[in-house]
Amino acid sequence: MTTDVHNKQIEQFLTFELASEVYGVEILKVQEIRGWEAVRVIPNAPSFIKGVLNLRGSVIPIVDLRERFSLEHCEYTHKTVVIVLCVKHHRTETFVMGIVADAVSDVLDIKLSEIKKAPNFGSQLDTRYMRGMHVYKKNMIMLLDVDKLLNPDELDGMDELADSISPDTEDFL
Amino acid sequence: MSIDMSQFHQVFFEECFEGLEAMESGLLSLDIGDIDSEVINTIFRAAHSIKGGSGTFGFTVVAEYTHIMETLLDEMRDGRRQVTKPAVDVLLGSVDCLREMLTSIQNEEDVNMESAAQHQAALEIELNGKAGGGEHAAAPVVHAAPFVVPVEEPEEEEEVDEEQGWKISFCPYLSLLKTGNDPVRLFRELSALGKLTSNVNIQDVPPFAELDPEECNISWELTLVSDATEAAVREIFSWVEEDCALELAPLAKPKKVKKPKPAPSPAPVVEAAPAVVAETAPVVAPKKAAPTESDPSKNAPKASSSIRVDTDKIDTLINMVGEVVITQSMLGLIGENFTMDKVGQLKRGLAQLERHTRDLQQSVMNIRMLPISFVFSRFPRLVHDISTQLHKKITLKLVGENTEVDKAVVELINDPLVHLIRNSLDHGIEMPADRVAAGKPEMGTIELKAYHRGGHIVIEIVDDGRGMDKAKLLAKAIEKGLVEESTIMTDKQILELIFMPGFSTAEKLTDISGRGVGMDVVRRNIQSLGGNIDIISELGKGSTIAIHLPLTLAILDGQSVAVGDETYIVPLVSIIESINITEKMLNKVAGKGETFKLRNEYLPIIRMREIFNVKSGNATKSNEGVIVVVEGQGALCGFLVDELLGQQQVVIKSLEANYRRVEGVSGATILGDGSVALILDVPGLVRLSVR
Repeated sequence: MTTDVHNKQIEQFLTFELASEVYGVEILKVQEIRGWEAVRVIPNAPSFIKGVLNLRGSVIPIVDLRERFSLEHCEYTHKTVVIVLCVKHHRTETFVMGIVADAVSDVLDIKLSEIKKAPNFGSQLDTRYMRGMHVYKKNMIMLLDVDKLLNPDELDGMDELADSISPDTEDFL
Repeated sequence: MSIDMSQFHQVFFEECFEGLEAMESGLLSLDIGDIDSEVINTIFRAAHSIKGGSGTFGFTVVAEYTHIMETLLDEMRDGRRQVTKPAVDVLLGSVDCLREMLTSIQNEEDVNMESAAQHQAALEIELNGKAGGGEHAAAPVVHAAPFVVPVEEPEEEEEVDEEQGWKISFCPYLSLLKTGNDPVRLFRELSALGKLTSNVNIQDVPPFAELDPEECNISWELTLVSDATEAAVREIFSWVEEDCALELAPLAKPKKVKKPKPAPSPAPVVEAAPAVVAETAPVVAPKKAAPTESDPSKNAPKASSSIRVDTDKIDTLINMVGEVVITQSMLGLIGENFTMDKVGQLKRGLAQLERHTRDLQQSVMNIRMLPISFVFSRFPRLVHDISTQLHKKITLKLVGENTEVDKAVVELINDPLVHLIRNSLDHGIEMPADRVAAGKPEMGTIELKAYHRGGHIVIEIVDDGRGMDKAKLLAKAIEKGLVEESTIMTDKQILELIFMPGFSTAEKLTDISGRGVGMDVVRRNIQSLGGNIDIISELGKGSTIAIHLPLTLAILDGQSVAVGDETYIVPLVSIIESINITEKMLNKVAGKGETFKLRNEYLPIIRMREIFNVKSGNATKSNEGVIVVVEGQGALCGFLVDELLGQQQVVIKSLEANYRRVEGVSGATILGDGSVALILDVPGLVRLSVR
């Protein structure tokens, strides 16, 4: 890696595992990482909203990305983490939400030029929520666009979308 | 050492706004023809203290403006001047204008000199009383921006001590405007340097028929009282140097200076090409509707908001804190050398602490409580203005103005109320002639009531107007495709159609209502406050709109109930009673809807487990559990829960802050163990279960 940052801007991403896939979110969006603890279920909410949590006096919703992406469900263990993210909405409002991940793995410096655009999967896969892809040590990391993924307006009736991003993404690559 | 005056600004502004309110209500209560000198005195005093205050703080614009008002009021007070309706209207307009000026100063924005100048001109006409009978009617209509040619006005002269400045003669060539230069802009810049007095010369203006609006036929004699250098003044004109004849001469210590008239002459020219001046004063200038109302967004004060609190309330608070401190030290003493025999003492101490904390909390909440008159007080003016505009005769009765509500409610209820009152004024109350024909008194009445009921505050708007025509409402809704033609609806449901988005029965849009926020927005606003809105209307007799709002938005008394593993909070105010169910009490209607008999009434049952889809815990048998009888939307019903847990005060946290509204849930709270519990929205659940 060169230290030439003038024309090769670097952004840091927090990567985490989800059903043995690696995903990444911009580290500036991450507010904190905490262990899984029981949440309060919200009645009649979509299944991927696990419930709400008390985060030092404010009530934040917790989204299970496995269910959101229709990955098979797994038991929460001591390794399960909640990544608390700051979501920008309409440029002005900010929401705090948590996502459940199997484990956090690393913080990576990724050059913007090395982020590949997510390929077009046609109607089979909606790539709106992906910022791009990055190959790190031969592993594919899917970089998520948090603002779009956790947009409160889209938290309703997104179930149909859940089918779109699935683990067999690799088959298309 | 100089004192930082800005620390007093907040207080000054508050006093000013209070003064303005006093003036406004005084002016409105002035009975033309039968003048109560005490009322005029009150108005005068308010104007005087605003003038004094603004002078002290260096807001000369305000001080000068108020001075003119004061002069007018002074004459009225001494009986040298008749109190006429136009005069009162002009004064009311000036009150608005002053409020606008003060708001802009408070927000550190530039004062809108144009509108100020218009009001000032109107005031001066009123003061000098020489604008001529015909114009008299026009002049007070401050919004119509009367174009006042200063030459025709007797100037008030004022003694001025030695003053520096420049006498500027500015004769633009005919082509000035064609180069895109606007004299008004120059004048505005000049007035930034100091006091600018302008005198317009309109001799060269050709007869109207021959006039070319693109030619500048007027010239100005300007007097600038300022310590600006000649270069500074010339610089302002540097853009137009080639298009005008400019002469600058220092002011020779004038003994008398024309009373400053900041902008009256230039202002109206602003949007116009050169103002075309006919023989009489009023104008042919493109009508730029002066803003009748200041932009609401502008009014949002930037400064931190503050409230005035009764010293009594603060004294109670200090007492409470004292008690808490004493209890705390007592507990500390027990804890220092604790032995088991002190348990009783400890328990007593803790009980005392609990009581004190609760009292303390209540008094703190009390501080946030404001009388609803903060909202109501502006309505007499609104009704006065709009009824005049609509040529209707309407009195407004205020009842229960001292009812106290949370500050947040006060702030948020204002806009919906304005909308509802405007609706009543515009659509509710009929024209005087129609009223007489319908056998009603000519004078319509709108009553605005506030009172407490249960844990709610109820605000009612009652008018004795024409009421709502249910048949017409229904026809309209069918026409708009909002309901199916075959739908059978109760009267109440029909009335509630007006809350549907996109529903307006007004035959034509008016300025007053029928545009902008609709009733759907009103209802949404009220629901977001945790309240609800009801309509009762009888054709030909009038309508009543009742708004129910929670007293406070921050804390409520709740009963926690268990459903499976979940804990929910039911607001205590909506609980009537709780009973253990026995199989005998349950009935099924048509095999589906469940009811139970409570004394002599059959009430519907809402199974919380089903409506909230709770899967955890052992599913209780259908005949086990507790029924919590609640009142929501005026109807009783029973919530079936597994268990009652306990009563506690809960602090309301918004779910919407990070998520969104959840149906049947009004918010969340954090329990003693740190976990989250959802607070049930009783009326919402009742609605949800009906679906």
